[in-house]
Amino acid sequence: MDVIVILLLICGLVFFTGGAVGILRFPDFYTRLHPAGKMDTLGSFLMVLAVALYNIHDFSWAALLTSLKILLIVLFIFILNPTATHAIVDAGFRAGMRPWTKEDRGK
Amino acid sequence: MKEHPAEKRSSQPVNAFGDRPGNPSEHHIPRPIFSRIMTFIALLCLWVILSGRFDPFHLSLGVISCALVSILSGDLLFPESRTGGLFRHTMQVINYAPWLLYQVILANLHVLYLVFHPRMMDLIDPRIIRFDSKLKKEISLVTFANSITLTPGTITMYVSVEGAFQVHAIDKASGEPLPGEMERRIARAFEDE
Repeated sequence: MDVIVILLLICGLVFFTGGAVGILRFPDFYTRLHPAGKMDTLGSFLMVLAVALYNIHDFSWAALLTSLKILLIVLFIFILNPTATHAIVDAGFRAGMRPWTKEDRGK
Repeated sequence: MKEHPAEKRSSQPVNAFGDRPGNPSEHHIPRPIFSRIMTFIALLCLWVILSGRFDPFHLSLGVISCALVSILSGDLLFPESRTGGLFRHTMQVINYAPWLLYQVILANLHVLYLVFHPRMMDLIDPRIIRFDSKLKKEISLVTFANSITLTPGTITMYVSVEGAFQVHAIDKASGEPLPGEMERRIARAFEDE
């Protein structure tokens, strides 16, 4: 059980790190949202799953309830994160930001 | 030649829920009542999970507040679902979720590869794709847009009510499979055939 929890936590950390590095490395606003929107979702999914699993380590009904609450967080993150990303992209699009294309390299 | 209002109403009878009576065997439970009951059950499950207390005081508080909410706004959660189709839809949504999760993991590995690639600037080739979706219901359009954002290399930029999509793709390959399989799966899960 502990092995699974640690594995999930490490995977989640890798995705979160990837998300952070991606935000720094990608060239413009729109491409930066790719790692931000996706990696955070899966990273938080894995880590929250790990926490929920660790919580029912010593099984009791109270712990199960807490784990269910934690899993509800995942559900809402899965709905909220793409929606928030979309809202940010839409705001950028309306503000007239031009997407970076391959021709912009070296400028 | 004034027609009596009661007669006018009776010439085209409409019951309290706005349904034509039609064949009574088709409507065992009127739709608004059914969706209210479903909303009530869903809210009560949420209440029990979140409160975590099972004594009569807290449970009755939950029942009262859930009943109030489902009476006032019971048609928000299940707006169009038919009495018979709801169970089938639920099963298909549950069926859709694992596939989406698999796609999300694929997407993340793809972006992770791009992020840590030393020549990342050569690999990415952002572009905007426009296409029209065949989906009609709002809930399926919203799910489709969110799923696009979560899956490989694509972010939804704009959706219109008619189903016109603008998608930002991070490279050429990731934009090509759209709308494709995902739209078919969502159509199967949310649309009435």
